[in-house]
Amino acid sequence: MGDTQNLGTSPDEVQFRFRDDEPVDHAAVTVDSVLDQTNAAAVRIEPGDDARLLLPFLDRLALVEVNFPVFGDGRGYSAARILREAGYTGELRAVGAVLIDLLSHMRRCGFDSFAPDKRLDEEDAARAFATWANVYQRAADRRATIADKRHEA
Amino acid sequence: MYRYDSYDQAMVDARVAEFRDQARRRLEGKLTEDQFKPLRLTNGLYLQLHAYMLRVAIPYGTLDSRQMAMLATIADKYDRGYGHFTTRQNIQYNWIKLEDCADALADLATVEMHAIQTSGNCIRNISSDHFAGAAADEVVDPRPYAELMRQWSSFHPEFTYLPRKFKIAVIASEKDRAAMRLHDIGVRIVKRDGEVGAQFYAGGGMGRTPMVAPLIRDFVPIDQFITYAEACLRVYNRYGRRDNKYKARIKILVHELGAAEYIRQVEEEFAHLLSVGVEPPREELARIAEYFALPPFRHPSESWDLEQLQSKVAGDPSFRWDDGFGQWVRQNTHPHKAPGYVSAVISLKPAGGIPGDATSDQMRVVARLAKEYSFDELRVMHTQNLLLPHVRIADLPAVWAALDAAGLGSANMDTIEDIIACPGLDYCSLANARSIPLAQRISERFAQSGRTELVGELKLKISGCINACGHHHAGHIGILGVDKKGKENFQLSLGGSEAEDVSLAKITGPGFDEDGVIAAVETVTEVYLASRTEGERFLDTYRRIGMEPFKEALYG
Repeated sequence: MGDTQNLGTSPDEVQFRFRDDEPVDHAAVTVDSVLDQTNAAAVRIEPGDDARLLLPFLDRLALVEVNFPVFGDGRGYSAARILREAGYTGELRAVGAVLIDLLSHMRRCGFDSFAPDKRLDEEDAARAFATWANVYQRAADRRATIADKRHEA
Repeated sequence: MYRYDSYDQAMVDARVAEFRDQARRRLEGKLTEDQFKPLRLTNGLYLQLHAYMLRVAIPYGTLDSRQMAMLATIADKYDRGYGHFTTRQNIQYNWIKLEDCADALADLATVEMHAIQTSGNCIRNISSDHFAGAAADEVVDPRPYAELMRQWSSFHPEFTYLPRKFKIAVIASEKDRAAMRLHDIGVRIVKRDGEVGAQFYAGGGMGRTPMVAPLIRDFVPIDQFITYAEACLRVYNRYGRRDNKYKARIKILVHELGAAEYIRQVEEEFAHLLSVGVEPPREELARIAEYFALPPFRHPSESWDLEQLQSKVAGDPSFRWDDGFGQWVRQNTHPHKAPGYVSAVISLKPAGGIPGDATSDQMRVVARLAKEYSFDELRVMHTQNLLLPHVRIADLPAVWAALDAAGLGSANMDTIEDIIACPGLDYCSLANARSIPLAQRISERFAQSGRTELVGELKLKISGCINACGHHHAGHIGILGVDKKGKENFQLSLGGSEAEDVSLAKITGPGFDEDGVIAAVETVTEVYLASRTEGERFLDTYRRIGMEPFKEALYG
């Protein structure tokens, strides 16, 4: 487990969590390491990683961290949705440059925990999570869309 | 046309509230300018040379009189009494104050308008054929499909931080009046064996590396339309380059992978997304389409055809059939699907004027005419003109008289006076050269010499830098302003087209100074006039005789 030291965030660094289970409390490994070994339950995805490589291992993963080194790199949103679309039900944690105005989009893409590298104002964040009373697209949060509601029987 | 229901209105209202909150946090120092920038950009707010610029979305270029009147109000209340209509069917205000912006957006929201995603690295306003819903040659009205895409792309959670901006155009006829294949995605709605579907092109664009989009799928069943678009975007979001903003558009991805490999990846993602189920319910398209039902046209016996029009007014000298009203009818009207009707182009290109600019008073005149004569409907054209889509031929004399009195009666659609020009160095912080004064001088020169009509269809497009906002690559004649050792210099190119016969223009040779390039445009039109055969447009002659005769006359 050569590259596991200090990789990933600890439960203490998680500011918002929308799950009731106990968080994984050991370090994450890289995507490459998951492919090489069979016992890691936590993994960290970098923007250039292909989230689909993890699909054969979803059953034993309890935590997937998706790193946003810069807020303008949106590849992590696709990674998150791909994992949820494949049936991943474990914790999906956004880490790094997680800003107030990204929270509602991240939540829709399936993230259910957030470890911003700078703590966010709680009030601003609460408002941000509640930005959209309704949504236009089908996404990983499986909310009924505006179009669904328009055509409810 | 489409009207918001309570859901659409709530989305726009929520966005105004969100922006107000963002502006507050910026002022309180909770957001750095770096962090605020993408947020204000997705609300259409740019920082330009002298002030903030606000770009307001006009989805697929369609609006009504109430909305146009509000655009006039915004111009008076928050700007300097005018606005600038753009090549993507939007409007820009050049002198907005940051502290007024949320109020301006709130005013716009009262008439179902917004500035959402008119900038930033997201899916931009969906553009369309300006004759949509009126053109005699369309398969269906493309706007319901564009509206479906507008809703899908608004606040899309996965595609708000794409590698780069993303522009989509939707058309529905063989003729291309929206530069469809010069968009990141171009869609043509088609009918096969009575079934409606979508033809997809991807990877077109202008900018510093112009490319014509290849066909990536000939037919997507219409009930899989959004799913296919989502697949195209996901492949781009995951694999588009992020190391260099000049290589980040989808055209570079499609080019570097090759169209076949991009198609393979999209098809794989498409198959997967079909199994996930992201398509809106089928009834939604039907619901939207009802808003675009044909207006209640009057029976042809209650109007005239164009021959009757001529016989009624040609004898009346106040209409100046040869060089006034009649010329405008010949030049600025377009065949309509309903007998007795035409679409009438309102030129925003008066000789010597600024292409695309309209004063608030002019906007109000146009709004009134739309209400009175065009079933309360207006369009913004990608050529930076306005359009009354449904005008009874018998009403044309009244329409023209009102336009003429407001300085909006120029009869120059698709002529050398109908110049597309970017804001250039007069406004834009990216520009290397001024575009507007050049456009003004060229249109004035041709109007004065009386050669405009003789030269006929000739699309001249001017960009003030290589970002190509003035579409110079797609001009029959294109002009690109560059900086040459601190002086403005203009490169001339020939042979571009944004239409169904799409092509990219080629540079003639060394550039010119401002006077030189105006003379060069005249030289090029003289070569054309001397070489053309019966019925040939400038572009046809260029394609037949090639670059050499033009080069010879310019540099020989």
